[in-house]
Amino acid sequence: MILNLKRHSVLPGFGLTLGFTLLYLSLIVLIPLGATFLKTASLTWPKFWATVTSPRALASYRLSFGASAIAALINTFFGLIVAWVLVRYRFPGKRIADALVDLPFALPTAVAGISLTAVFAKNGWIGQWLEPLGIKAVFSPLGVVIALTFIGLPFVVRTVQPVLEELGTEFEEAAASLGATRWQTFTRVILPGIWPGLLTGFAMAFARAVGEYGSVVFISGNMPMRTEITPLLIITKLEQYDYAGATAIAVAMLVVSFALLLVINLLQWWTRKRFGGV
Amino acid sequence: MTGHVTHATPSVERSERSATAETPLVRWLLIGVALAFLGLFLVVPLAAVFVEAFSKGAAAYFAAIREPMAMAAIRLTLIAAFSAVVLNTVFGLVAAWAIAKFDFIGKSVLITLIDLPFSVSPVVSGLIYVLLFGMQGLFGPWLVEHDIKIIFATPGIILATTFVTFPFVARELIPLMESQGHEEEEAAISLGASGWQTFWRVTLPNVKWGLLYGLILCNARAMGEFGAVSVVSGHVRGQTNTIPLHVEILYNEYQFAAAFAVASLLALLTLVTLGVKTLIEWKARQEATSPV
Repeated sequence: MILNLKRHSVLPGFGLTLGFTLLYLSLIVLIPLGATFLKTASLTWPKFWATVTSPRALASYRLSFGASAIAALINTFFGLIVAWVLVRYRFPGKRIADALVDLPFALPTAVAGISLTAVFAKNGWIGQWLEPLGIKAVFSPLGVVIALTFIGLPFVVRTVQPVLEELGTEFEEAAASLGATRWQTFTRVILPGIWPGLLTGFAMAFARAVGEYGSVVFISGNMPMRTEITPLLIITKLEQYDYAGATAIAVAMLVVSFALLLVINLLQWWTRKRFGGV
Repeated sequence: MTGHVTHATPSVERSERSATAETPLVRWLLIGVALAFLGLFLVVPLAAVFVEAFSKGAAAYFAAIREPMAMAAIRLTLIAAFSAVVLNTVFGLVAAWAIAKFDFIGKSVLITLIDLPFSVSPVVSGLIYVLLFGMQGLFGPWLVEHDIKIIFATPGIILATTFVTFPFVARELIPLMESQGHEEEEAAISLGASGWQTFWRVTLPNVKWGLLYGLILCNARAMGEFGAVSVVSGHVRGQTNTIPLHVEILYNEYQFAAAFAVASLLALLTLVTLGVKTLIEWKARQEATSPV
């Protein structure tokens, strides 16, 4: 059947490779994910709803989404500056700075978690300076924001960097020759050009942060209603053998993740359209 | 999510054109802010791992790593990461061949589905296998009857690791092979090469850097995965603990220096990964610019 859906090609192996791809994808990803949705069907709707809207769950959403949004905003602002500096300027250590940006992709989250906790604890390298100011950076919502900022750091930089390179300086030269100040050129010419890339990076950093677990559990203190993120609530329910409750919240998270994935795909499509099929 | 090999970064040379350049003051201010941000969030935590690891001296450091439980965790991590990398590399090559070399309906949907595991929370990635193979799971009773252990055992850890690293190789290879087209393969076939020969002699050499790139990122994530593995492992010391889980246990027992010592192994792996990645990007860029 599928063979009729493809255009003719002299290359061999289409049926075999596509067949294997679909089989492996189904076994590892689609069937397990599907089974999770099926499992929720064993819950009645009122019970499902009561679980996902319990006060403790709602508090965890507030923290997870709120902290993720703040962290993604921090990363959008600083990520734009980092991307700009890496594309436009030359300075000593630039190569190393560029390579380091990917650190959060490669550093295991548990390592990041214990390290950030040590650094921001009240006797830590940075925490000792925050303590006298009355800022509690660990075992508080602020700690969650710090961990999520670390986790989402590369996304905005890596989405804006290629767009800035693509953009070139012609439009800026035109703007300058027409009498625009540098700031006007930035807000009226450069910003509209990189806007889709910025939004995509924000959405990716946000999506990654919402599901993050490893780096947060060490620094947050995990107090129910106060510093308990949604993924941790799932673990807690599992440890109490509340499989139905864990599944209900997991499904709620999956729905949000898929919605975010859809938004990100649309943003990427918009970015590509804007730059004429790059 | 991660950059592609082909994404070269030619630094735009900008010297005397003051019309589109900031004043030196603004320029150095921006560089300062950028470096301060990177320093605060990347360099400081990374350095802290090594400083804390050696806080009780080199002897304690090596003792923490040579300890039997740590060695068992290292062994399990190597097994899980190796299995996941092999599985996902074979899948990546096969999927990229099907997607990049042929045109068919539903291609973009398939690519989105391959990327799906990246948008699932690690905790949920572990949970889905517990719901399938755990005691309360769909196949739980059947597995118990036949005395097969998947959850709280090595197979579950391999499965969870494979899920979390599923897209790495495929998403690196698909765009790369698409950009290379299929003329070279068609030429090989028309000259009488078999499909297998074409793949080994033409396709594979063309994508070697992209493949290596996907491989090392896949491996780094596989060795460091925490959330998903934590759900399926059961935390049995010496049996189902991977390196990150061992770090967590040591940390929760207030053995901070030992926890950081074991964590420093993963941090070293990260540095090697980033180094190799930078090298591959440089190498791929060099080959792209040098005349063939």
